[in-house]
Amino acid sequence: MNTIDMILLTAMTLAALWAVMGRSLLKATIGLAVTSAILSVIIFRLGSPLAAVFELSVCTGLITVVFVSTISLTKPLTHKDIVELSKKRTRRFIYLPIILIIVTFLLIRAGIPKNLAMSMGETVKNVPEVLWNMRQLDMFGQVILIIAGALGVVVLFTEGKNGAK
Amino acid sequence: MALSSPIELLYVFGSFTILLLAAGFYCLVVTRSFLRAVIAIELLIKAVTLFFIAVGYITGKPALTQALVITIIVVEVVVVVVAGGIAISVFRKNDSLDITLLNKLKG
Repeated sequence: MNTIDMILLTAMTLAALWAVMGRSLLKATIGLAVTSAILSVIIFRLGSPLAAVFELSVCTGLITVVFVSTISLTKPLTHKDIVELSKKRTRRFIYLPIILIIVTFLLIRAGIPKNLAMSMGETVKNVPEVLWNMRQLDMFGQVILIIAGALGVVVLFTEGKNGAK
Repeated sequence: MALSSPIELLYVFGSFTILLLAAGFYCLVVTRSFLRAVIAIELLIKAVTLFFIAVGYITGKPALTQALVITIIVVEVVVVVVAGGIAISVFRKNDSLDITLLNKLKG
């Protein structure tokens, strides 16, 4: 780990903070996309290129598109509403940076643990080998999840005979 | 700064994971917007992803953690897509994405 990794991790945390505290939902979505993109770079630098590609294409791309589509399908607020909501939001979220600073202070104060057992057993380098030979149940679960998600969306958007939802 | 010890690396990545978790949990607790709650859940998932990858790097088992992260990403997408559908349905019903109005849903 070097300075670049620390800069990336700090930038990711700041982008996450922006996503949480951003005034409009669209800016929050962009903040989430930036968080995801920086996380992809970190994942790539940590020697996991396949997961980095998935994170970049799916989380940064697809999920942002889904969010923006959802936002565009809901009614935009008026300027007056946005100003009013912003005041309330600022009041609610004002404590978050303070909490994060306190957590950071506590983590620095706690220091690096001296005794921590970590398993460093045998290493399998090939991701497809792990996925198809060791984690077949995960693949089965993924297929079921995708079908369940697709069916869930179909059910949510199904309209009755008289247009009732 | 050059950290090489596994414990030091785990400490640094663990610290940033905790910061992301704190931001996500705080947002989840105080927000009233349905979509912002989904964004908070996304942040929590990202924290877990970061920690998995870091642990894979530290323990020298990147293949196993990559396989798990791919599964997490699939789950994440399904959660977001279904949550998006629910958000639109809620908006059509209540004309608002306020989560305090969700108890008006029937069923």
